[in-house]
Amino acid sequence: MVQRLRITFAKGDEVKYISHLDLMRAWERALRRAQIPLAYSQGFNPRPRLFFASALPVGFTSRAEVLDVVLQQRMGLREFASRVRKQLPVGLELKTVVEIPPTLPAPSAQVVAAEYEVVVESQDALHDMQARLDKLLAASSIPRRRERPNGAREYDLRPLIQRLWVIGQRQGAYVLGMRLQADEGGTGRPDEVMAALGLTDAVRAIERVELVLKPL
Amino acid sequence: MTSAALLDRILPTVAKPGRYSGHEWNSVRKDWAQVKVRVALAYPDVYEVGMSNLGLAILYDLLNQQPDVLAERVYAPWLDMEQAMRQAGLPLFSLESRRPIRDFDILGFSLQYELNYSNVLNMLDLASIPVLASQRDERLPLVIAGGTCTYNAEPLADFFDFFVIGEGEEVLLELVRLYAEWKGRQGAALSHGQGRTHHAGALAGGKEEFLQQAALIPGVYVPSLYRVAYHADGTVASIEPLKAGIPTRIQKRIVPVLPPPPVRPVVPFLNVVHDRGMVEIMRGCTRGCRFCQAGMIYRPVRERPLEEVLAAIDQLLANTGYEEVALVSLSSTDYTCIAPLVRELSQRYGEQHLAISLPSLRIDTFSVELAQWIQRARKTGLTFAPEAGSERLRRVINKGVTEEDLLRTAEAAYASGWLRIKLYFMIGLPTETMEDVLAIAHLVKAVRDIGRRWRGSRAQVSVSVATFIPKAHTPFQWLPMENAEQITARQEALRRALPSRAVDLSWSDPMTAWLEAVLSRGDRRLGKVILRAWQLGARFDAWAEAFQPGLWQQAFAEAGLDAGFYATRLRSFDEVLPWSHIHTGVSAAFLWEEYQRSLRGESSVDCRAGCLGCGVRVAFDLDRCPSIIESDVKRIPETSAAPGKEGGVASACGFPATG
Repeated sequence: MVQRLRITFAKGDEVKYISHLDLMRAWERALRRAQIPLAYSQGFNPRPRLFFASALPVGFTSRAEVLDVVLQQRMGLREFASRVRKQLPVGLELKTVVEIPPTLPAPSAQVVAAEYEVVVESQDALHDMQARLDKLLAASSIPRRRERPNGAREYDLRPLIQRLWVIGQRQGAYVLGMRLQADEGGTGRPDEVMAALGLTDAVRAIERVELVLKPL
Repeated sequence: MTSAALLDRILPTVAKPGRYSGHEWNSVRKDWAQVKVRVALAYPDVYEVGMSNLGLAILYDLLNQQPDVLAERVYAPWLDMEQAMRQAGLPLFSLESRRPIRDFDILGFSLQYELNYSNVLNMLDLASIPVLASQRDERLPLVIAGGTCTYNAEPLADFFDFFVIGEGEEVLLELVRLYAEWKGRQGAALSHGQGRTHHAGALAGGKEEFLQQAALIPGVYVPSLYRVAYHADGTVASIEPLKAGIPTRIQKRIVPVLPPPPVRPVVPFLNVVHDRGMVEIMRGCTRGCRFCQAGMIYRPVRERPLEEVLAAIDQLLANTGYEEVALVSLSSTDYTCIAPLVRELSQRYGEQHLAISLPSLRIDTFSVELAQWIQRARKTGLTFAPEAGSERLRRVINKGVTEEDLLRTAEAAYASGWLRIKLYFMIGLPTETMEDVLAIAHLVKAVRDIGRRWRGSRAQVSVSVATFIPKAHTPFQWLPMENAEQITARQEALRRALPSRAVDLSWSDPMTAWLEAVLSRGDRRLGKVILRAWQLGARFDAWAEAFQPGLWQQAFAEAGLDAGFYATRLRSFDEVLPWSHIHTGVSAAFLWEEYQRSLRGESSVDCRAGCLGCGVRVAFDLDRCPSIIESDVKRIPETSAAPGKEGGVASACGFPATG
């Protein structure tokens, strides 16, 4: 392992329906096009060593995804960024790249929480919307049921909501902010919060705005 | 343009929404106002299948290279998306500009499989385009098709304005030019820049005039300009042009020299069926297998020079970032310079972990050596197609492979580390007896025994058995397909004869094969069957989870047509076949002679060994046929230790020998 880089990138509207697996492949191909000297895993089926912090659900946009890339030859960060930017599909945008110590844990092990912005269509007055959020936050538990391929699962959403607030209001729509736990203890989903608020059908867009990483 | 808000409401509710969201790397978005002709290229199956088609990728590249033309893509929405679109009133749209398909000038379908036909009608309907060509005037897109199915396009005659027979690279540009001129003349009634004005009145003679001019372009078949007469027994009496000047026969188009391959193809986000770069190294096949439609209709053989292949792969990888490239042809091992090509690719890209795939490996130990060269990592499986179980039957179909060839190949494969061999066979072949069917089991067991000897219980054999369908323009075109009871009996016998342990057996669905046979051998009266089956709900017939053969049976019954008449009837040499006005360059006399030879159990030589006079050379006035790379070493010795070590081949391939 010669050099480890940590990238933050945005996933925009154009590519928000691309699944996490497909996104990984798109990054691999972009890095190959950019002729980045990628380090490969050992074994029968060598793969470039890319580590994503967290899978973004299909349909969400993000302006703060985190990806670690391991290189087998050192490269200047400026050079890296300029080569990669030219090769990213529209909708994927490299925002920052920094060098990090190779010994750091994988970014997925560092994530503790994620912050989202949700655009929701609503004619409610501000105090009604605020009351709706307050009521949810005041609940001691929010039992939810999630359908998964391997059966339904009951869980309590309440402890996963760290913050929930109104960011702003514009023409018949609100932007809500929320900070949700995202670690081995549980991962809160913003669409679940919206369902608990009774606003599922009013959601127009969900964007991840920050992945909160454990301080090193 | 399709509103983003509407799509945002629909796409989260369907499976794999990435099928419909576009924006892939290398997709081309042009300004609609700056071009004269807008073409929608359509594939009537899901995105993952359509995006794996090399033909459409070639045409997309070619059309978009023209400054005054744009091409965009559209695939069949899966059942859930269709439902969502119909509910929302969202018309079929292109992936690039998200414009309604109805706004394009030309809608061109690639037809590669008969079981996609119901999807063609469904896509037209989703686009709010009447499915019947007779109900469309020049205010709607011209609906055209190319691809292997158009060699007998009669069942689709009611739905298409015209078909392009053969290779599309030149003729499509001629058509687009003709269209641009014609549209220019129509000028006033068609608005430029903002798509079409559907309010404009129909122009007298507009579309009719265009079709009559298009019919004069070689390779273009306008079915509405031909009348088909039938005998009392239902066979075709004649197929004749309705007007003087319209050609009585339509000869396929070829490009004498392969045009440069596309090196900037659209890179899908989704994991499509063939998710890799593709470079066509050779078109056509010299082997002359009598069952193989591709082997007949893609003649003559043309090889792409080695230097051109290598340069194309360099550019392709730089432009796509693909981790795998396929060297595409009907018989990759037969490409004269295959060994130097593979060796050079391994050297150039080994460090970057490029995987190379060679579809269609010949059955010999050289193929195993080649496979070993390109298989850098895990040895998963090797696939071979003996097609028939007995030596006799392989002679009948002219598949020149002996049992010894296969066993030596299997031995080489297992010995060099492969664990699984996949074998393709067909049943229902002409003159086939139960003995021939059981010979498949004998061969498979012999391969399994070799596997056991080398790899013990880890060795696997998988066997895939397709039902033979006698295809148009092949030596077997006059023959009936074997009836369903016989097929079932033979499948059953084979299943009993094969040990279930260590052999994994699969076969094609009998009803699927039945429908493919009927549609590929039918005449234009089948149009009403296809229309009715679609109205009854037929969609995605190629997909087991969607195929409802009962709908087709009902459609046949309602139309008063007998499917058996098309699928399981022996035809005579004198019969006017529904496709007899379509010419591939291979003469009917040659096909008949090959058929007679097959009945006598006589094989025919590979075109590389001697010309059989199939007719292609004369039809296209060719100096060289097959057009292969000049080489002193025609066949690379099977004993070669490492592919490409022979200086002779390398230099003949225009490539300096190294190492």
